Amino acid sequence: MQLVLEKRAERSNTIALVSPLIAIGLTIVTMTILFAILGKNPLLALHAYFIAPLTDGYSLQEIAVKATPLVMIAIGLSLCYLANAWNIGAEGQFLIGAVAGSWIAVKTQGTDAGAWVLPAMLLVAAAAGAVYALIPAICKVKFGASEILTSLMLVYVADLLLDYLVRGPWRDPNGFNFPTTAEFDPVATVPLLIEGGRLHLGSIIALLVVAAAAILLGRTIKGFEIRVVGAAPRAARFGGFNANQLVILTFAVSGALAGLAGIIEVAGPVGHLQPGISPGYGFTAIIVAFLGRLNPLGILIAGLFLALTFIGGEQAQIAMKIPLDVTKVFQGILLFYVLACDSLILYRFKLVFPNRQVARGAG
Amino acid sequence: MELVEAIILSVLAASTPLLIAATGELVTERSGVLNLGVEGMMIVGAACGFGGAWLTGSIFIGALFGIVAGTLMSLIFALMALGLAVNQVATGLALTILGIGLSGLIGAGFVGERLTPAAHLSIPGLTDIPLVGRVLFGEDAFVYFSIALIIAVWWFLYRTRAGLILRACGDNHVSAHALGYPVLRIRTLAVMFGGACAGLAGAYLPLAYTPFFIPGMTAGRGWIALALVVFASWRPGRLVVGAYLFGAVTILQLHAQGWGVGVPSQFMSALPYLATVIVLVLLSRARTGGSTAPAALGTVFVPDR
Repeated sequence: MQLVLEKRAERSNTIALVSPLIAIGLTIVTMTILFAILGKNPLLALHAYFIAPLTDGYSLQEIAVKATPLVMIAIGLSLCYLANAWNIGAEGQFLIGAVAGSWIAVKTQGTDAGAWVLPAMLLVAAAAGAVYALIPAICKVKFGASEILTSLMLVYVADLLLDYLVRGPWRDPNGFNFPTTAEFDPVATVPLLIEGGRLHLGSIIALLVVAAAAILLGRTIKGFEIRVVGAAPRAARFGGFNANQLVILTFAVSGALAGLAGIIEVAGPVGHLQPGISPGYGFTAIIVAFLGRLNPLGILIAGLFLALTFIGGEQAQIAMKIPLDVTKVFQGILLFYVLACDSLILYRFKLVFPNRQVARGAG
Repeated sequence: MELVEAIILSVLAASTPLLIAATGELVTERSGVLNLGVEGMMIVGAACGFGGAWLTGSIFIGALFGIVAGTLMSLIFALMALGLAVNQVATGLALTILGIGLSGLIGAGFVGERLTPAAHLSIPGLTDIPLVGRVLFGEDAFVYFSIALIIAVWWFLYRTRAGLILRACGDNHVSAHALGYPVLRIRTLAVMFGGACAGLAGAYLPLAYTPFFIPGMTAGRGWIALALVVFASWRPGRLVVGAYLFGAVTILQLHAQGWGVGVPSQFMSALPYLATVIVLVLLSRARTGGSTAPAALGTVFVPDR
């Protein structure tokens, strides 16, 4: 007796809807076991991870703040993945956006530059992110180089560039030699939505991005082309869609969104440029994109959920001394379960009995 | 002379983890499976390898721990990508994310500890020969093993029937299946071999390269190993050349920093990554006539019954 996969006649819509929920359920079961192995009370740990952050206003705002970059990056990545273009270097595009936008903030520091500073920072960051993402896209389209490897290599390069700038030319002279720029001026800072709170304008921008992506994918020809090129490349060729052009387009858009997310993070919650501005947003966003089923609304929900795990992870570390790495393990396991459950949309399990199979084959 | 010898020694040391990891991935890819989780398997191998050696005091047992850890990680990949027919790119990424988290968790207890690094061979008379003595007769066991490994893999792929079958699975899984070969079982074994190699390559870092464990110490070497397989056009011979070239770039940037070249250290550190991008572009461009990649690389296979 053997358990094998069998292709379904058509995709199962029921499983498509419930698969993220099954995946989250399975992840929580696995985490319970992991907490027990670590010698922590699983119920208390799960409470610290998933319930406690939802019970006070500060944490709720903090979840929205963390979800902002995740959702923005994941929306861009979902366009790439729908078009079968594998941008996994969003982390680098995020950092380059942060660097490019900070350039304006640093250069105008202490001058009487007006309200144009922040919009200019956002624009430059988006443009820089797009250009940085175009490097792997063009290498792919023109030379056939694997975009997976090139986009990832550029993450390390971006990280080193940022490190050089904040330790070298942009270092705050009054910063006690810490590798950081000076605090940005008020005109170079993303405004808060609630005075004294944490929620900032970036979250509104993220919501607009979600809405724009929903319209693009659901209501426009371009969105249709993106989905067809990824799902049925042959049909797309017969339809005269230019797959290469879509690789360029989706990479540019996702790079721009990642860059925008980068400067919003730096000019918003962080307030200055320094190493370690991202706890791996660009990689976590890959999980967000898949957990959200590459669907804009799904990504919004998935982004909030993964932001919850970041905040929950921090609280669990403070309250129960649970290592911060548990959050990364959690995220990795979650992605595995999401992918595994997605497999059941197209396939189902079947029991086969090899001996009988042989008999039938012979007869 | 002393300096030349020192540079050759350090290039060999820097190349060895790349060579071991890339050898494993080469076999995996020749069977038609693209496992992007090399970085994740390596870093878990590094944490477990250091842990094993630190607990038992034996470098050999540490290396075994690394191999077992890498193999276990690759089994997760095999279960997903082969058993459940999940997209291999996404599964490989998930493996890397999981691996980075797991290694932090496993290695947390060992950060700050030091080991006596793996012993180097010493043959009185031979090892003392100027220039070549220490290069040929004074390496640690990992270096010799990596060379034996790539020769064995070459022999297996091109001189044995099993190697031919493995390559057949990578080029056309439908035909291989029709001929009665168990494609998924062969691929599972190839993935496990890749995991074992990645785990060993990871373990090499804290056991021989630097005698301590730090989180994220693989620093993208797993990804560079993946690029090396492309660089080598999936051929063992070229893989050796590629691995030593990349090792040389790594060492060049370290020495250039030491010599006080007037370029910020971060730019020199970025060299291996930039070199990878440039090499990938140049090679892919030179190869426009036809791909040398295994034809079925990265495609999903569900046996038809």
